[in-house]
Amino acid sequence: MRPQLDTVAVAAGDPEREQPWADLGLKVDEYARIREILGRRPTSSELAMYSVMWSEHCSYKSSKVHLKQFGELAQETPRGKMLAGIGENAGVLDIGQGYAVTFKVESHNHPSYVEPYQGAATGVGGIVRDILAMGARPVAVMDPLRFGPLDAPDTHRVLPGIVAGVGGYGNCLGLPNIGGEAGFDDTYLGNPLVNALCIGVLKHEDLHLAKASGVGNQVILYGARTGGDGIGGVSVLASETFDADGPAKRPSVQVGDPFMEKLLIECTLEIFAAGLVAGIQDLGGAGLSCATSELASAGDGGMHVELDRVPLRDSTLAPEEILMSESQERMMAVVEPGDVDGFMEICRKWDVEAVVIGEVTDTGRLEIDWHGERVVDVPPRSVAHDGPTYHRPFARPDWQDALQADRAEALARPASGDELRETLLRLVASPNLCDKSWITDQYDRYVRGNTVLAQPSDSGMIRVDEETNLGVAVATDCNGRYAKLDPYTGAQLALAESYRNVATGGATPLAISDCLNFGSPEDPAVMWQFAEACRGLKDACAELGIPVTGGNVSLYNQTSETAILPTPVVAVLGVIDDVTRRTPSAFVAEGERVFLLGETREELSGSEWAHVVHGHLGGLPPQVDLAAERALAQLLADASRDAVVTSAHDLSDGGLAQALAEASFRSGIGVSVSVADVADGDAFVALFSESAARAIVTVTTDNADALVALAHEHGVPVTPIGRTGGDTISVEGQFEVPVAEAKQAWSATLPAALA
Amino acid sequence: MKVGVVTFPGSLDDVDAQRAVRLGGNEAVALWHGDDDLKGVDAVVLPGGFSYGDYLRCGAISRFAPVMTSVIEAAERGMPVLGICNGFQILCESHLLPGALIRNDHRKFVCRDQRLRIENTRTPWTSAYAEGQEVTIVLKNGEGGFIADEATLDMLEGEGRVVARYLDDNPNGSLRDIAGITNARGNVVGLMPHPEHCVEDLTGAGTDGLGFFTSLAAAVLA
Repeated sequence: MRPQLDTVAVAAGDPEREQPWADLGLKVDEYARIREILGRRPTSSELAMYSVMWSEHCSYKSSKVHLKQFGELAQETPRGKMLAGIGENAGVLDIGQGYAVTFKVESHNHPSYVEPYQGAATGVGGIVRDILAMGARPVAVMDPLRFGPLDAPDTHRVLPGIVAGVGGYGNCLGLPNIGGEAGFDDTYLGNPLVNALCIGVLKHEDLHLAKASGVGNQVILYGARTGGDGIGGVSVLASETFDADGPAKRPSVQVGDPFMEKLLIECTLEIFAAGLVAGIQDLGGAGLSCATSELASAGDGGMHVELDRVPLRDSTLAPEEILMSESQERMMAVVEPGDVDGFMEICRKWDVEAVVIGEVTDTGRLEIDWHGERVVDVPPRSVAHDGPTYHRPFARPDWQDALQADRAEALARPASGDELRETLLRLVASPNLCDKSWITDQYDRYVRGNTVLAQPSDSGMIRVDEETNLGVAVATDCNGRYAKLDPYTGAQLALAESYRNVATGGATPLAISDCLNFGSPEDPAVMWQFAEACRGLKDACAELGIPVTGGNVSLYNQTSETAILPTPVVAVLGVIDDVTRRTPSAFVAEGERVFLLGETREELSGSEWAHVVHGHLGGLPPQVDLAAERALAQLLADASRDAVVTSAHDLSDGGLAQALAEASFRSGIGVSVSVADVADGDAFVALFSESAARAIVTVTTDNADALVALAHEHGVPVTPIGRTGGDTISVEGQFEVPVAEAKQAWSATLPAALA
Repeated sequence: MKVGVVTFPGSLDDVDAQRAVRLGGNEAVALWHGDDDLKGVDAVVLPGGFSYGDYLRCGAISRFAPVMTSVIEAAERGMPVLGICNGFQILCESHLLPGALIRNDHRKFVCRDQRLRIENTRTPWTSAYAEGQEVTIVLKNGEGGFIADEATLDMLEGEGRVVARYLDDNPNGSLRDIAGITNARGNVVGLMPHPEHCVEDLTGAGTDGLGFFTSLAAAVLA
């Protein structure tokens, strides 16, 4: 027997009923606050709504005091004012010619550990709906991923499922997957990171915002039916540390239907084009609780919903469950009464179910009825925006000094040319630096026919306009080891690398979105890492003159006492006026001159070399010089525009050696260099230091002087280091290795481990 | 020539196919799955994607779309029809082509630049190629393994109806490395790789796929 419906009237008449607030993840003071807001105990439906909306994942209650500073940055990119910023589903940037771009990166970490395929798949689905809700056509996706050690048994459970899920969903949506990353570290064992990014394109006039305005406007729920999947996913999964019973939480993970999402995309874009929506919101975490309360808060202040009209997949669902369900592929639109018929007709064309479930009111309340009885009567802002704010204690951990004092520069180094050769072969084959095509070959990178650059290029690049060749580029990066050594600098290095990767393709960086993956906010050391990373990002954005357009925070990435490496993934979006001028990252021809741009210092702490060869993490990460990053980026944009360089590849993990090897592998063209003029002639430092603000470029002999002049103009150190050609990678006076042999080592790692 | 490109629910490469048709010098006409009107087109492309999600056997539902009734009739009268990837699957389900396409033998989706040999240049879709020409065309599929019984395979080989064959590594376990076939009349071609992704130097993997879309005009002139 179903218990008696807990209506507002019942709640008022039975004020002391015991409620399962603790099981829903609420703290005692949070429950008390809800009672205070309502002046009575919440109904069970209200309790469900508050519990999901006040969860860490939805309310950012631990992080928002630190995120606030991003809003203080000028809401302007090098191309002009932002059209929408933080607080919307995703930030929107003007890229010129009447076009705007929106992009965002989000996490789906916990669900992907519990159920790798569905967790990763619905991560893609969620971010795509966020972009769609802005009025944009989604045009590309990418996925930064982190896993435990490649040889760990659980990695063999998690990785193939996550990759298949990303591919299975994205491929079926017809969105090219143009980049991303895959990294490995012990701390991600049990806490894999699945971040999902989507880029969308729209015309300025098509921008849609999430608000329910206009009294009498109809509230339409459309897309998939609501089922029992994902109930409590937000509060139970995303906001608590895993204990040993992690996998028992399987029912909380949502199940995706990419076919429905594809229909939803085409249907929604057609509805936008017909001008039939006044406001729109996707349903993601916290489902209807989130969509109704957020739309109502942003509009004229009230909404009335008849919850029993919601089409169900499972007719036995109770109102609380319907409100909490995270069933995928659903959207909510606010539509003027006269437009409802037109709206429904387009939904019918695409076989998308749509139902009017309510209307906008001027009551200032969110009122929800269940078969005529009121089960929710709340101020919508109190659910959506007035959640608790925590000033969590944070403190620099006492082990930080010892960690920073243990410098990798003191470790034993390869001394001979033969040892350098072995080091190169070992590094290119290491899990973090090896060929990732085992993963990326499971993603469609070609669909829609606008992919100009994709993995393994430094950035992904998409043509926006086929006539004018306007395009955008995106890269994501983060080296968690740097962030562990110094979270402020590490976050800036993530930004700097991503910024540089956009620039090497020839694009001009405009803005960032971030996905801040950290351990438990209840640990002051983790909270300090988080606070430092936010401060670092804000300071770097201020100096580079680019805004944060939005992002996502994922906390509690922790198993018992072990937190993940702090992993502030930074996505940088850039614009390029003519994609035919893009710069590839691989060598393109024999006999071209190779130049190193930037300054190489002795910076080995946190490096891939220290990690792979010595299993060492200590010292200080490479210095950040944002002025140098900006100068390098401007040089690379000019070099692309003026066709000075034939290729450009950034230097980061693995240093110069890795960059040369990667540039050779894709085309099979070898390279001969001398590093006598780099790092005071210390070949090891020259090859394996990870100093930032560097890139290698190739030029035809005719253009060498032009490059040097351009470098001087921008104040970027420029060093000629050699020529492309032959079938070996050779370092004068040190070693020579056949490209084929090194490529074999590079490409064998993942297939061998995951076979 | 007017070339229709059908959009089924879940079609993905329809915009790409339309672009390729235009770059091949023809006019692209959008056709809708629910409409049996072919709008007077001279040829039809069934594009790639996951029609109806391909939750059932790939192409099994699309085969019953109203537009397919017209496509099947037109094909039987000799209209050129090209099915790419999901389109190939739909043509097999429609019995316009023999055999079937099953899950890749390695059980993973694969996207790569694939070497192929064009073996039959007598179809309206391949006449721009030289017989035996080796090309690189994007391949991307999860269920691209071509199978048929031995007698059918022998018949296809014997009648010269293998249109394209995989070179180097067989990417999906297709029997006899078959990447594409044609019907007895030679007007209907099914191809697992995606020539519509190889029509511009800027995007995709070179321009080796353009021949599938320029062949049409040549076929008519001849």
